[in-house]
Amino acid sequence: MKKTKINKAHYELKGKMVEFCGWDLPVQYSGLNAEHNAVRTTGGLFDVSHMGEVIFEGKEALEAVSYITSNNVSKLKPGKIHYSGLLTEKGCFVDDLLVYFVEEGKYMLVVNAANLEKDFNWMKEKAGHFDVSITNVSDDYSQIAIQGPNSGKLLAKFTDEDIDPMKYYTFIHGRVMGVDAIISRTGYTGEYGFEIYFKGDEKIASKMFIELAEKGKEFGIIPAGLGARDTLRLEAGMALYGNEIDNSHTILEANLSWILKFKKGDFIGKDVLLKQKEEGITRKLIGFELVDRGIARHGYPVFVDGEQFGEVTSGTYGPFVKKSIGMTYLPIDKTDIGTEFQIEIRNKMVTAKVVAVPFIDKK
Amino acid sequence: MGLENLKFTKEHEWVRVEDGIATIGVTDYAQKELGDIVYVELPSVGDSIAKGDACSNIESVKAVSDLYSQLSGEIVEINEGLEDTPENINQSPYDDGWIVKIKISKEEELNEMMDFEQYKLYLAGIEKE
Repeated sequence: MKKTKINKAHYELKGKMVEFCGWDLPVQYSGLNAEHNAVRTTGGLFDVSHMGEVIFEGKEALEAVSYITSNNVSKLKPGKIHYSGLLTEKGCFVDDLLVYFVEEGKYMLVVNAANLEKDFNWMKEKAGHFDVSITNVSDDYSQIAIQGPNSGKLLAKFTDEDIDPMKYYTFIHGRVMGVDAIISRTGYTGEYGFEIYFKGDEKIASKMFIELAEKGKEFGIIPAGLGARDTLRLEAGMALYGNEIDNSHTILEANLSWILKFKKGDFIGKDVLLKQKEEGITRKLIGFELVDRGIARHGYPVFVDGEQFGEVTSGTYGPFVKKSIGMTYLPIDKTDIGTEFQIEIRNKMVTAKVVAVPFIDKK
Repeated sequence: MGLENLKFTKEHEWVRVEDGIATIGVTDYAQKELGDIVYVELPSVGDSIAKGDACSNIESVKAVSDLYSQLSGEIVEINEGLEDTPENINQSPYDDGWIVKIKISKEEELNEMMDFEQYKLYLAGIEKE
């Protein structure tokens, strides 16, 4: 099993370890609900070093990234980040990713751990004809996410950089605990927070995590695991590759047209998506909550007018919203807020209704 | 309460028998493994169940697990309070977190269960793995 450079810290902090995409990572420490609600009210600390980082560098870096992703890369300025899709020719997802504009001619693409190898091969194959070098630097970087209202206060204890004025989806280079780092105002929780990328050996990485955890106590910031990471992103209405997005649903169907920019020259999937946009989609990703009791989980059958239409893509009990929530695809004429449909939970039909996402009220 | 008076199963359920009625719940080890419990589906009073039947459904935020009855009999009482406070299973697995009461029809099934000392050894074995 692969270990992040923070692995030792998880054992020291008594994380409950599981295998996730080939990585030995904590699913929880003190408990999923406590960790989840800490992130919503004070803060949580995550080791997300398993995420993949790929560097595009060269004369045609902009053209290459623009061709293989869905968002408009030319709109980025150095120090800015955007969410984007790595799409197939059919307009479906190879993966979703963040694109960091490091400097003229250099971008960092952050992808899902489970897809790293597939993504990297795809990038080399599809962007190979551009004047650009594509390098997988995932093993060099550790990544710690500090998420929640108090995250800035904690981070400020360990860096001299002025992080307060940082806007969502921007990043700076600076030192954290004396270590060179990328400080990024991003996250996968729907909360104010930071993601810190840095290089260094196990000793440096574990120390960073443990010291953040120790100092974090002052601010109610606690170590959190993959369990809370998943329920937090779901309450925030964020898609997960393999659940909401995959290679059989298009970016338009996944309700992510805001990261799809047609006016930017050629890119993979453009023709199919233009056509689908003109003709209109027949199904769309929606958020739901259960009207009846129970919890609808990933893979449970979804019924519309008595016929099975699909499956729940993600579902859980939302520890902060205190409701049974989830996401699924529905026929386009059944996606209005309030529309009811059925989910089969262990041989029982349970009523759900379409609600607005995010499930949390982000003010 | 005295754990010494309980019987235990390999599935980490506990059973307390009084006058032919078995009160069933899950052990402290089980509630920790399950994590934060947020929903419990209970059977109906009057249901008859055979050994090995699922008699309740316990859902934590991340997982769902069935409670398989290790006893045959009839459901005579359910802990309705769990519908509103399922977290009682986490907070008080041996008292407020009890799940169902069964009128035992095959008393010999109790003989297959462990006593507290045996269960402690069983747990020690699991934790060594």
